[in-house]
Amino acid sequence: MDIGFVLAQSITQALGVTAIIYCLAAIGLNIQFGYTGLLNFGQVAFVTVGAYSIGVVVVTMGLSLWLAIPVALLASVVLALILGIPTLRLRADYLAIVTIAASELLRLVVRSIALRDIFGGVNGINGKIGAQFHALNPLPEDFVTPYLTFSRQDAWVVFVGWVLIAIVSFGVWLLVRSPWGRVVRGIREDEYAVVSLGKNVFVYKMQALILGGMVGALGGIIWAIAKQSVQPDTFVPDVTFFTYTILLLGGAARIFGPIVGAILFWFLLAGVGEFLSQAIQAGWIDFLKPTDVGPIRFILVGMGLMSLMIFRPQGIFGDKRELALDGR
Amino acid sequence: MQQRRRAIIGAFLMMFVGLFGLAGTAPAMAESSAIVGVITDPSGNPVPNVLIGVAAEGFTETGTSGPDGAFRIEIPKGGSYEVSIDVTTLPEGISLAKAEDESRTLLVLGGEKKIIIKLVDGEGTESAAPIDPETGEASTSAAGGTGQQVIQLFFDGILFGILIALGALGLNLIFGTTGLTNFSHGELLTLGAFTAIVLNELGVHIIIAAPIAVIFSALIYGGGQNKFLWKPLRRRRTGLIASMIVTIGLAITLRYTLLLFFGGSPRSYQQYAGMSGISIGPFSTTPKALILAAIAIVVLAATVFWLQNSRIGKATRAVSDNPALASTTGINVERVISVVWILGAGLAAFAGIYLGLTQDVTWNMGQRLLLVMFAAITLGGLGTIWGAIVGSLVVGVFIQMTTLFIPTEMKTVGALFLMIVILMVRPQGLLGRRERVG
Repeated sequence: MDIGFVLAQSITQALGVTAIIYCLAAIGLNIQFGYTGLLNFGQVAFVTVGAYSIGVVVVTMGLSLWLAIPVALLASVVLALILGIPTLRLRADYLAIVTIAASELLRLVVRSIALRDIFGGVNGINGKIGAQFHALNPLPEDFVTPYLTFSRQDAWVVFVGWVLIAIVSFGVWLLVRSPWGRVVRGIREDEYAVVSLGKNVFVYKMQALILGGMVGALGGIIWAIAKQSVQPDTFVPDVTFFTYTILLLGGAARIFGPIVGAILFWFLLAGVGEFLSQAIQAGWIDFLKPTDVGPIRFILVGMGLMSLMIFRPQGIFGDKRELALDGR
Repeated sequence: MQQRRRAIIGAFLMMFVGLFGLAGTAPAMAESSAIVGVITDPSGNPVPNVLIGVAAEGFTETGTSGPDGAFRIEIPKGGSYEVSIDVTTLPEGISLAKAEDESRTLLVLGGEKKIIIKLVDGEGTESAAPIDPETGEASTSAAGGTGQQVIQLFFDGILFGILIALGALGLNLIFGTTGLTNFSHGELLTLGAFTAIVLNELGVHIIIAAPIAVIFSALIYGGGQNKFLWKPLRRRRTGLIASMIVTIGLAITLRYTLLLFFGGSPRSYQQYAGMSGISIGPFSTTPKALILAAIAIVVLAATVFWLQNSRIGKATRAVSDNPALASTTGINVERVISVVWILGAGLAAFAGIYLGLTQDVTWNMGQRLLLVMFAAITLGGLGTIWGAIVGSLVVGVFIQMTTLFIPTEMKTVGALFLMIVILMVRPQGLLGRRERVG
């Protein structure tokens, strides 16, 4: 067993493209769930919309990537409006059911055979989706990431991704310190108190849903550009639940919550996976097969999510007093 | 505090020990690998004597379908196999839906690999609708349906609705009494179906295995779950949103534990797997579907009657209405909740076995039905008994009937869309009361 290799792989995953995508999804969810208290169980829908908008505009329609990005953000606003109008006036559990249903609905539509010409059916959209972005890569052709195992292309995406996360996080920081931020946190704590102050709660909730959705769509945009492939069956509700685990691990309603959560989550997940694979190959663990590592990782996520919610709902950074999670 | 923590950890451990215990018995049947399937003609009758060949490097084997249309070809180990069907052995006037099905290459990881062979009357075409890998159904739309088709779909919809109602009733009762939106309810179906299949593979006939599995599920997965997980959490005053997220963690944990121990390939109960169709008046169906539906109707009717007339049933409704008030009138709220969990898990286990008998037993079967159950209870009215049943029937019929207009693969889309529309015009659901929503 090569502990150094396991560590390098884990760090690569912790800083890699997937962590960036989930980090953005979690920042979006933090605006909705962490600050505003909206129980959005369909964050993956916004990622799907972001990724598919890029795929459709660039590959299906053959237009520029720079046009596709605003289209993707616009599409996420439309999705937020469609989701929010029927549900934001309702109680939290309704929003949860409707958003998870909407995310599955969207996946079933994009994978359908009837719309194969637009969305590519079960195979999704593949091709040079991010070519225009990768053409800007300033790294030398023979670039090798020291210690870590990023390809030249990934290293460029990772750099831009973390810069983007820094910018978005700064924006969120400014936003939640503003009067707007105080109102949405008020909605989370006591909706009726905010109503009695004459605020239109519905509008604030909708704004939070839209903003969070747009940040989630940014994750989808990076997904399409980095992986150059958009496949419907990767956008399952489990993505949303991973995002929740990340947010709750780092701490909801904290600027650094999603960032720390994403890095730690992928470090642990990759570390455990890599360690188990190596241990099985080395014959240390003989009751498991290499294919068992995947389910074990999911089981750990599930148990982690349960334990977090039961024993430390505020996560690593969170403040228990600030976040009194309750519905009804 | 310490004690409660221990109780919760104990709950985790118990669940895992339970699953390990179950899993230990499973590999006995999975030792041999085989390619299996059932060949039926378009009207559902078995097609015997079809020659099927399996070939890989240094290995060839042939098999023929038996009188029940089923075939099973043993293979030495996992790997890539070419499966070919001798079309000349098909009966007159029947051919493969897709000509390219005559020979296909598949990857067998071990255990039984089920293949689907679609047959059509007359000549099949290359362009026949592909089979959706998720639902295993051909994605044709029955557009321009005749009256016959409408009646058939309505009938199928009622049957599907009854199945949904079994799951949805428990889900809605748990919601009503505790306020918990249980995202791990689908796993109660799956666990029930797997408990029955473990017994079945040990040699217990499914007719005996099914009630044992239902009772076991009710007490352990329902009652045990409530006692060792939810009761301590209620005592800690864990919020409803936090609890909802706990159910998601639980669902993921259970689902992937089943995948880990039982693998991803679908299983079938050893009895009544391939059954030929029958026609009753304008409907065609299988005897097992009719018998299961009849049992389900009796079970549902008995449950509703009991909830409406028995003391504890009335108490259940009182708790749903207002737990604090119910408690002050001397109702033991915890006992009511415990009964509801046991009942809900038992019904869900029956639904799981029902689904397993009419389709397959897979690790994510319950999860696939979860959103449909949610659509049903949202539609009918959250927290009410009749809401769950009416909502389920409406959703079942709606899902089947929409295949007249939209492709089969998108039928769930229709149900989810209907739910969102209902929420816009009547958020409390068809039978819900307005004040529940606020």
